Amino acid sequence: MVYFIAKRLIQSVFVMLAVAFLAFSLFRFVGDPITQMTGVETSVADQERLREDLGLNDPFVYQFARFTGDMLQGDFGFSYRTRQPVAEMIATRIPATLELGIVALLISLFVGIPAGVYTALRPRGVATQAILMLTLVGVSIPTFVIGIMLIFFFGVQLGWLPTFGRGGTVHLGGWETSFLTVDGWRALILPAITLGVYQLTLTMRLVRAEMMEVMQSDYIRFATARGVPMGRLYFKHALANTMVPVITIIGLQFGGVIAFSIVTESVFQWPGMGLLFLESIRFVDIPVMGVYLVVIAFFFVLVNLIVDLLYVVIDPRLRIRDVS
Amino acid sequence: MRDFIKRYEGLYLFSRSPAVIIAAIVGLAIIIGAVFAPWIAPVNPYDLSSFSLMDGLLPPVWEEFGTERFLLGTDDQGRDMISSILYGARLSLIIGVSAMIIATVLGVGLGLAAGYFGGRFDAVVMRIADIQLALPAILTALLIDGIARGILPPEVQEDVRVAVLTIAIALSLWVNFARTARASTFVQMNKEYVQAAVMQGQHPIRVMFVHILPNILGPLLVIMTVDLASAILLEATLSFLGIGLPADSPSLGTLIRIGMQFLLSGEWWILWIPTLFLVALVVSINVVGDFLRDVFNPRLR
Amino acid sequence: MLRVENLTVKFPSRFGDVTAVEDMVMSIDVGEIHGLVGESGAGKSTVGAAIIGLLQKPGYVADGDMMLGDTDLRRLDRFEAHALRGKRISMIFQDPQTSLNPLMRIEDQLIETILAHEDISVADARTRAVDLLDEMGIENAAARMQSYPHQFSGGMRQRVVIALALCTNPELIIADEPTTALDVAVQSQVLDLIRRLADVRKVGFMLITHDIGVIAQIADTVTVMRHGKMIENGPTAQVLGQPKEDYTKQLMAAVPPLDRKIARFKVPDEDGIITPSEARGNAAEAWLMRGIKEDPIGLTLDQVNVAFPGVRTSLWKKPDPYVALRDISFDVKPGTVVGIVGESGSGKSTLAKTLTGLIKPVSGTMTMGGAPLPGGRERARNHPSRQLIQMVFQDPFSSLNSRHRIGAILAEPLWLYGLETDKDARRKLCIDMLSLVGMPPEAIDKYPHQFSGGQRQRIAVARALLARPKVLICDEPTSALDVSIQAQLLNLLKGLQAAFGLTVVFISHNLSVVRQMADDVVVLRNGKIREVGASETVYTTPTADYTKRLLALTPVMPAAWRA
Repeated sequence: MVYFIAKRLIQSVFVMLAVAFLAFSLFRFVGDPITQMTGVETSVADQERLREDLGLNDPFVYQFARFTGDMLQGDFGFSYRTRQPVAEMIATRIPATLELGIVALLISLFVGIPAGVYTALRPRGVATQAILMLTLVGVSIPTFVIGIMLIFFFGVQLGWLPTFGRGGTVHLGGWETSFLTVDGWRALILPAITLGVYQLTLTMRLVRAEMMEVMQSDYIRFATARGVPMGRLYFKHALANTMVPVITIIGLQFGGVIAFSIVTESVFQWPGMGLLFLESIRFVDIPVMGVYLVVIAFFFVLVNLIVDLLYVVIDPRLRIRDVS
Repeated sequence: MRDFIKRYEGLYLFSRSPAVIIAAIVGLAIIIGAVFAPWIAPVNPYDLSSFSLMDGLLPPVWEEFGTERFLLGTDDQGRDMISSILYGARLSLIIGVSAMIIATVLGVGLGLAAGYFGGRFDAVVMRIADIQLALPAILTALLIDGIARGILPPEVQEDVRVAVLTIAIALSLWVNFARTARASTFVQMNKEYVQAAVMQGQHPIRVMFVHILPNILGPLLVIMTVDLASAILLEATLSFLGIGLPADSPSLGTLIRIGMQFLLSGEWWILWIPTLFLVALVVSINVVGDFLRDVFNPRLR
Repeated sequence: MLRVENLTVKFPSRFGDVTAVEDMVMSIDVGEIHGLVGESGAGKSTVGAAIIGLLQKPGYVADGDMMLGDTDLRRLDRFEAHALRGKRISMIFQDPQTSLNPLMRIEDQLIETILAHEDISVADARTRAVDLLDEMGIENAAARMQSYPHQFSGGMRQRVVIALALCTNPELIIADEPTTALDVAVQSQVLDLIRRLADVRKVGFMLITHDIGVIAQIADTVTVMRHGKMIENGPTAQVLGQPKEDYTKQLMAAVPPLDRKIARFKVPDEDGIITPSEARGNAAEAWLMRGIKEDPIGLTLDQVNVAFPGVRTSLWKKPDPYVALRDISFDVKPGTVVGIVGESGSGKSTLAKTLTGLIKPVSGTMTMGGAPLPGGRERARNHPSRQLIQMVFQDPFSSLNSRHRIGAILAEPLWLYGLETDKDARRKLCIDMLSLVGMPPEAIDKYPHQFSGGQRQRIAVARALLARPKVLICDEPTSALDVSIQAQLLNLLKGLQAAFGLTVVFISHNLSVVRQMADDVVVLRNGKIREVGASETVYTTPTADYTKRLLALTPVMPAAWRA
């Protein structure tokens, strides 16, 4: 077990290093950092001095090591566009994106898993066919169209819910949260549904496929032959075994949630990291792009490490060595 | 008869699934319309002289003020909507299909080789796939696009937009193919017909492409349709975000972005008609893909 | 106690209903072990599933009566049927590796089952569970019960499975191939356990199996089935000893005996198959004669060791390698058949892969006809042994590429080794070779899925012969086949070996089958050779304890039952 976790940790560090390298290469090779930082009026000599000061003439490996070291200490450099520290810019945007992502993920799990179980247990039912058709349409409608449709119906036509921004937020320490005001929740509903729908359909289809596979397995047939009560059979035996692969995919999906939040944030003008990233792409603001990349990869890796731990909790085969 | 049905089980099932038939017809109609857009479309929307502001914001023919000259109305520039949509769908499909093909060739090649040779090569490919997974499709595509903006001189940027977009989408989709091809290859490697071929001393290239590849085509075909749908969605999304294709050579996504400006005014057709086309195209591809999945994986039927 | 009359089970399909079981009649008494025997597709498992009410959808019982005591099993609704499962009828499945929920402790699975049917306290249920595991021969049951399924070995797991089936004291247990996945020694223990439970606890067993030896050993009564119909039933000694029906007689004639070697099984060939003797004298035979007969070659293995990297469990320690074969030395004399016997995990398949160059030994030397035989990737793709050593595999469903036509599969060795450069001549030779192994010429344009398992195995033999090999390695070539098809294939292999003087390495877990084929025998266990010698000597006067035990525990029919 210790080995399993240690191995995953090492792999995670490896992925993070690779992403950091990507971010560094972006910074170093896409456009010249010096021309970006200085204006046209700066003399060539001044540019050279700045280059020397920033260590851009040092060996490549050395530069990368310093870049990584700085990142570890929380020094992410400065934006080309706003001249602010990138760390600050990102930090103020993280809460909005995370809250949106978490609510969307919860929606997808709390609707997707029961729907998946239901459609697996009643494969020929009318409701099942309807749900399946609906999810097929669900995966086919681009996230931004879902957002536009929600805005059109609930925002424009019915006027029930706000269509942009975060509404009322409350500062908790350094964290700006929407969870504590009615306004905040109202503003959160449409974007969270928009972001959640795609993940929901994926979750449901996956749970359904895995559940149907598990229901065919020998141990379910044996449990049926022993007359284990149906409720226990479905939820204790079948669903638990279904969760092992499902959890992995949910971990991978979290990356998707964060990525698609770029689109959702753009549609709803949600002031999160995604919107910041879009702006920085438009202005070729390389440091912000690089740091965004590293932050996203960090969340992804973190969630997948948690998934690995959950794995160990669920599956005794990973926890306890077999005798043989 | 019985043998015939068994042999062409897919065709038989197809003839029994009305939803799939409708999807196939709708999908084919859009694809044919897109492919032959230059001959079918009333005007060439890229040609500035073909439309005039005078015709701006005309509604579809069945609405009040609609005219038969513009069956589905015009946008604010006076461009014919049908023509814009057909040309847009054409561009969306060109990018989607080429991205899918590049992703297939790259992913299947790497996945097959990783599964066949295993060991260190496999480990390296899979670690790269891991990193790719940590950066989801849309992020990869945005990033490549951003890099292209940084590296390429501004004057060529417009010319290579389609190529950059295609490569960006292809690179964000290859992992799916690589993982599926690798997993299926592993399964095949344990089959005795592969061992027989290896044992006889056949060349690895022959074993991979003549023996293994035909046996893993089923799952790959499913991924191909699913990823074609993803590629089209991704292109639309990028264009919608304003990072894809510019407004003078619009894809379906660009058309929707333009239409967004009319969300609150009365000109619904500028937004919703291209949206409907995009959704219809992707839904029909996905319905067909889903059907293929059922055919190749009868257990879940 | 159980009475089944005129049972008919149908499966609706696109082409109308397919009848899986028709007019089945059988009965089982208290404490009786009733064997249900037949080849694949006979409908044995369907009968068991129909009785316990777990027919695979969309199958249904179309007709007949099933009475358990006074309960009419066909009249139960969904809930009554489920309440009866476990309480009065229970079931044991074939593979103990997959029958237990991997995420639950044994204890929880047992207690859950008991509490599902009886209104007793958890503590009482636990006491019963411990007693039961104790009775099944699991030592230190109270502590072992806390373990998860993966912590038990295969045999122990099947005991747990039996305990689970028994824990609510059912009257009837349906055992579907309960020992097929087990090794001989464990099989014998499980069969003893079943016998004891029937005698002491008076549980009725329905024992579904394809293994006539198992039936002969423990069943009181037996029903022989074929194509969904009952052929013959009655007391075991009567049905198997003095069979009345032709089918039963053929079945008995096809069972390979352990105590002697018979020259040829008296079995009719499958419908439509040319008898190999008819095809004698054709071009393929002459072609093979030229290549093979002249000077047969042998193989030697000297101190061969094969090890695989172990599973890493620590970051710092290098894992211990898993040694699959240890100091293997033996000779295969030119033109003879060497049999390799061993249970699962003995390394016999690894040995086949080592000989064919799929696996590289870590040490030791192999030679072929006196010349060194390099292992693994060191064996060049154009090494002569690639052609001279050919293999027939175990699984007829995966050994032929399902996307290629038979013609393409067969012609492959011919062009690969440059044996025949003309395309038409290749096709002609392939057709002749097909008839030599007893297949019609039309087969050449078909795909593998159009053939049965036995026919595919014949095609696989033809493919091997078309390389014009001198050494044929057969890895469990008959273990996926029914006993009558097995007999046909053994006849074919014997005929070809004798005709062409092939050197054969014949690998099987089945001692009786190996006896029919081998001149010399190598007994393997846990990667080590336990005994080597002439087949007659090893089978009649074994010296190693392990061989003695294997021979003693293999279920066989009394010699008197043989025709």
